[in-house]
Amino acid sequence: MNFDASQADTKSVIVPPPVEDRVIDVRGLDFFYGKNQALFGVELPVARHKITALIGPSGCGKSTLLRTLNKIYDLYPGQRAEGEILLNGENVLAARDTAKLRADVGMVFQRPTPFPMSIYENIAFGVRLHRNVSKADMDVIVERSLTRAALWDEVKDKLDKSGTSLSGGQQQRLCVARGIAVEPEVLLLDEPASALDPLSTAKLETALMELKDSFTIVIVTHNLQQAARISDYTGFMLLGKMVEFRPSSEAFVKPETAAMRDYVTGRYG
Amino acid sequence: MAMIDRYTRRRIQNGIFVGLTTLATAVAVAALVMILYSLVSQGFGGLNAAVFTMDQPPPEMEGGLRNAIWGSLELCALAMVISIIVGILAGTWLAEYGEGSKLASVVRFLNDVLLSAPSILVGLFVYEIAVRPFGGFSALAGALALAFLATPVVTRTTEDILRLQSNQLREAGMALGAGKGYVIRAIIWRASRPGLVTGALLGFARISGETAPLLFTALGNPNLSFSLKEPIGSLPAVIFQFALSAYDDWRRLAWVGALLIAFTVLSANIIGRALSRRSHNS
Repeated sequence: MNFDASQADTKSVIVPPPVEDRVIDVRGLDFFYGKNQALFGVELPVARHKITALIGPSGCGKSTLLRTLNKIYDLYPGQRAEGEILLNGENVLAARDTAKLRADVGMVFQRPTPFPMSIYENIAFGVRLHRNVSKADMDVIVERSLTRAALWDEVKDKLDKSGTSLSGGQQQRLCVARGIAVEPEVLLLDEPASALDPLSTAKLETALMELKDSFTIVIVTHNLQQAARISDYTGFMLLGKMVEFRPSSEAFVKPETAAMRDYVTGRYG
Repeated sequence: MAMIDRYTRRRIQNGIFVGLTTLATAVAVAALVMILYSLVSQGFGGLNAAVFTMDQPPPEMEGGLRNAIWGSLELCALAMVISIIVGILAGTWLAEYGEGSKLASVVRFLNDVLLSAPSILVGLFVYEIAVRPFGGFSALAGALALAFLATPVVTRTTEDILRLQSNQLREAGMALGAGKGYVIRAIIWRASRPGLVTGALLGFARISGETAPLLFTALGNPNLSFSLKEPIGSLPAVIFQFALSAYDDWRRLAWVGALLIAFTVLSANIIGRALSRRSHNS
């Protein structure tokens, strides 16, 4: 795709959820990879127990934005964020314990990342980082997490098998289960279905739809149908800016900005 | 003269190239087969229970290699304990913490130098730091010399293996709230385990036949010894002594010793390969 910069400069259209519904509120966020600025004054209101989708062409900054929400970028020297990311009113960019932050904001990655241990231990790993749990309680947590991620029936007889022995789609649901076992408030997903076949994708989406009753979900996706199917709010980004943010039911039917209209109709595809 | 057409010429060139590479492979394999054949044909006949139950004999007396076998095992085991601990930690630092730093490139360069350092130099160095000051040859000095040779191998393999692990795996661990050190120990090391074992086996293969560094450190000992402070026998040193002797019995034992070392190194390499192949497949 080739968007010219002028389209990102057109006035952005933001129709946010009510303030009292917001778990995360990103305000005026700038992000830098060394000297290169990747995000410019981005706004992102994330509504509680809803699915918020971030879409846009490659390199628009949607993954970068997602990676600021749990500060995973701070593993890499030279990457920094400026502005405000309020999690329940508290700015996570200001001094805040990242271990606690990541217990509150979980993440699932583009490629499945099962740990080289049993399915059971994959789930228990994260839980043990944050609290002491008896074996009996852990059994309950493992079963519940796998059930919520729609994986329990497929793995209940082989919990001691290696997590890496599962299929790609199962591995990704294992990663979802592992993330929610820690009981975060928010679950971030970075193109979780891009390496999956359509059937696995459908299973993952079904799981996500049910998870939103308990968790707030932010998902980055290249798949517009997926965003339209499962999300409640959609943010369209271009060249590091949030160009349009609206309830998905409206955004996909009638995009207000020319840039998003062009993108969702595939004019630049 | 008729021009050979383009396709015929290519076919001929291809034939010559394939022929040359095949020939070179045959030469290399033939050398290996000849070595193995002479080892087995000369050494196998001398293999008997006495080799494992009796110490090395005076000339023209019955004897075995027990002192040398146990000596080699002790030296290698001690050296590998040191090398595995130092090598894995150093390799981990290079791969996980040294990223992009000047110090890391210097350490990596020095490690590569050490990797190809002549082993006799390492022996002399250890002689200076661990034999002369303490007034005598010892098993400990011998193990130290071997450790100096194996550590760079383990360090290098560890760094390479850890770099193969995807960043997303590291991020996934940290995204759950784990610290970097814990992610490395609990996830990255575990994911790299077959590779780390391979590195240790390669290090072992490097030192198991070393003779030069042992000559001025462990020296040799005709009697069975397990003391770290005493000189200790080893297979390579006994082979060196016996193979050049005028006695048939000694020369036969030297062949047996060579066979034992070759078999051990071969097994270590095969196991290492099998493990690394399994890790690539999973």
